[in-house]
Amino acid sequence: MFGKLTLDSIPFHEPIIMVTVAVIALIGAGGVGWISFNRKWAYLWNEWITSIDHKKLGIMYFLVALIMLIRGFSDAIMMRTQQAMAAGGAEGYLPPEHYDQIFTAHGVIMIFFVAMPMVIGLMNLVVPLQIGARDVAFPFLNNLSFWLFTAGVILVNVSLFVGEFARTGWLAYAPLSEATYSPGVGVDYWIWALQISGIGTTLTGINFFVTIMKMRTRGMTLFRMPIFTWTCLVANVLIVAAFPILTATIALLTLDRYLDFHFFTNDLGGNMMMYVNLIWAWGHPEVYILILPAFGVFSEVISTFAKKRLFGYNTMVWATLSIGILSFVVWLHHFFTMGAGANVNAFFGIMTMIIAIPTGVKIFNWLFTMFRGRLEFTSPVLWTLGFIITFTLGGMTGVMLAVPAANFVLHNSLFVIAHFHNVIIGGVVFGMMAGYTFWFPKAFGFTLDEKWGKRSFWFWITGFYLAFTPLYILAFYGAVRRMQSYANPEWQPLMIVAWVGAVLILCGILCTAIQLYVSIRDRRDNRDVTGDPWNGRTLEWAVPSPPPYYNFAHLPEIHSIDSFWEDKQKTQGKAQLANPETIKYSDVHMPRNTVAGPVIGAFSIVLGFALVWHIWWLAGVGAFGIFAAFIARIFNDNTDYYVPADEVKRIETEHHNQLQLQMQA
Amino acid sequence: MKRKNHLRTLGGLMAPALPLLLSGCSSALMDPKGQIAEEQRLLIITAFALMLIVVIPVIVMTLLFAYRYRDGNSEASYKPNWAHSTAIEVVVWLVPCLIILALAILTWVTSHSLNPKSPIPTDNTQKSIEIQAVSLDWKWLFIYPEQGIATVNEVAFPVDKPIHFRITSGSVMNSFWIPTLGTQIYAMAGMDSSLHLIADEKGSFDGRSTNYSGAGFSEMTFKAHSLSRKAFEDWAAKVRASGDALSFTGEYQKLAEPSTSVPVQYFSTVTPELYNHILDSFRKPHKRRSEHGENRNAVYGDPVNAEPGE
Repeated sequence: MFGKLTLDSIPFHEPIIMVTVAVIALIGAGGVGWISFNRKWAYLWNEWITSIDHKKLGIMYFLVALIMLIRGFSDAIMMRTQQAMAAGGAEGYLPPEHYDQIFTAHGVIMIFFVAMPMVIGLMNLVVPLQIGARDVAFPFLNNLSFWLFTAGVILVNVSLFVGEFARTGWLAYAPLSEATYSPGVGVDYWIWALQISGIGTTLTGINFFVTIMKMRTRGMTLFRMPIFTWTCLVANVLIVAAFPILTATIALLTLDRYLDFHFFTNDLGGNMMMYVNLIWAWGHPEVYILILPAFGVFSEVISTFAKKRLFGYNTMVWATLSIGILSFVVWLHHFFTMGAGANVNAFFGIMTMIIAIPTGVKIFNWLFTMFRGRLEFTSPVLWTLGFIITFTLGGMTGVMLAVPAANFVLHNSLFVIAHFHNVIIGGVVFGMMAGYTFWFPKAFGFTLDEKWGKRSFWFWITGFYLAFTPLYILAFYGAVRRMQSYANPEWQPLMIVAWVGAVLILCGILCTAIQLYVSIRDRRDNRDVTGDPWNGRTLEWAVPSPPPYYNFAHLPEIHSIDSFWEDKQKTQGKAQLANPETIKYSDVHMPRNTVAGPVIGAFSIVLGFALVWHIWWLAGVGAFGIFAAFIARIFNDNTDYYVPADEVKRIETEHHNQLQLQMQA
Repeated sequence: MKRKNHLRTLGGLMAPALPLLLSGCSSALMDPKGQIAEEQRLLIITAFALMLIVVIPVIVMTLLFAYRYRDGNSEASYKPNWAHSTAIEVVVWLVPCLIILALAILTWVTSHSLNPKSPIPTDNTQKSIEIQAVSLDWKWLFIYPEQGIATVNEVAFPVDKPIHFRITSGSVMNSFWIPTLGTQIYAMAGMDSSLHLIADEKGSFDGRSTNYSGAGFSEMTFKAHSLSRKAFEDWAAKVRASGDALSFTGEYQKLAEPSTSVPVQYFSTVTPELYNHILDSFRKPHKRRSEHGENRNAVYGDPVNAEPGE
């Protein structure tokens, strides 16, 4: 009846897990109680859950990412604590079967459920506004993507208290992830969480590719697109090209585990090397999917706050494109030690290094954007400066790893861990924090508190260097990744330093939480009525904050890269104050909310959970639910409507009046 | 003033990194005990130095430009529409290109000269010693085909004599690594990896698996003893005196059962061609496995698609 699921599957004997579950349950119950008490369920359902508004989906992506950051970071600090303790025969407080789940969950959560949704969240919020569109090309698909992603998030979190998570490392290398060596449900949770959310990501990639290609406003040629939109375009092309590889690879592993196939097993002709090969053919483009939009954020931030045009726009675009292409011909550098010949290794090593050229050019372009500018030291700028220095160092260690003969002694060591945290924290996390601070006022109409933002930055950057410099050094002593304990007590002092670094990063995260609280509390003081708090350069700053749901009453026309900024220079900001009474508005064509998205997401959870536990009848229910919701959606013709011109006029007049009030005050 | 402090703090953060980095000088990788590892040390330092040519200016320019062109510094020029300079573009493309060109040449040369499959050229025409390493859950089995002995979690070899490691796995993927001697190579079931190393000094070195392989991975370590010729003979004699036999499949199968923190074991007699038997067990046709997760040494196989050694 319940497949492999029994009461024993719930880890009652694990105090850490049980306390966590109790806390999550309490917070969840509190949230449900609060919503019920305030009668907000209808609001939540109509305005958020079924919403196809790209801005709201962007906010929800980012919110889920921040919550998962807490989960992923808890894993991180547990690991650092374990390694600070478990030296010279000491076992620490986490036994291997628990520790191994934690480092697997940490990697999976941070990449798939923190970094990806942050990037996709910002993309959702900003790209349609930057290109002067009213929504994405496929609004329903956008909602569906979000709910498929959330289904993956929920499955990963269910694994915490029903069953277990994978103990295989975040990429679940075969044959360790095969049924012979990992007979439990952990790998199955990994499979279905990634498979379901991965389909959501692929759909996002298609959606944004089409949006950017087909929905740019008048006058916005490709080479007039804001650089953030450019980087998102390339990232989405990478998603469309790379994620199907992940889907196929996981599907093959699924056949191995569920139907006794032998793609990657030790026996009956299986080839584990093909798994490693395929997973990195997706895995390497994946890191560029994350970093390219971060590059875009830094470009926007630096030119806005230096109050200067971005240096070398064309170079920046070509560098982005070449990184996009090169990212597909370097994956073998993840397994130089597998025994390929010298020519093969050298080829992939050199291709990897070549990526450093366009990346280096980008860094120089940011530097020369500051050059002859007027740089304001806001917190997004601090994140950007911190990024340039940290990422340059991370790039350097990356090139060291790319030399095959050097990789032979650095591979699988803590050097690798330090390197990719160097580029992912220094690049993606800093970029997302900069973007979060930069575009928060666009989403909510008030700016974030600068004091707490800067505190967060200083804790993060200090914490980062304290946490990861020791790992670089320990690698030279032969310390490798994924050790639950180690024999050499001389490593312990540096492990403790790394732990202190992790604690500082915790302070950074707390500062961000406090920043959010303080900013909401003081929102009246930090209010931005203009919609353009930073004297921005691109179209998203031309609309009110938060933008009306139709974004633009009239689709704007642009004449150059920095059209909005140039218009402001010409008119000293008067363009915004054109009297709405004199403007003729027309009806705006908009998509309707969707019930099918969340319903398909919910049935995906049911399907995933049932497949994990081999509850076949329930899997049937899940699959049928998805199919039925899909068919119902197809036959629903009532998917769009027109906002009457009068309603548009009312909203625009209201904004106009607020602006005027502020000008007078 | 406040802004100035930000920059100073940023610079101050970098300073403590230096002594930390220097502390790495006495480490396994920076104080190697073999020719391969010594060349790798030089390679790492050269690549590092080459990249500093561009990394240091970038860091200096970041701090300098940010400070010089700060908001409110009326001395610095402000050109809001200046966004292109062919001269600068040429330089910022050319410098990284040249450095990468140098690194690419270095990469091509060292990928061949340090190819783990190539025997180590030595002055005298001495033959290398062959040692076969098999990763099991979670211990290392070392087989000496010439001496007819085998050990668990301890390997010894004569100093200054090239060693030819042949590496495979009786279970999941692992990676064989003795940091002070250099290169690591994956251990994979059914695959026969080659690794040529040499020790230039006597001593006891740490070795381990670097590729995560399950619950006992952390303790999957071994000692590697680099001994004088005489001491090596004595060591081999000591192993031979143990009296334990390692037969295929009997004792081997027992040994292959998952176990952690396994003490050193010696085997005086070993089934001939044991290493090839282990390899073949993943390649040759055998009866189809009937159960999952029971017997983890996987002595089943199939002829299809199994590649012979590299």
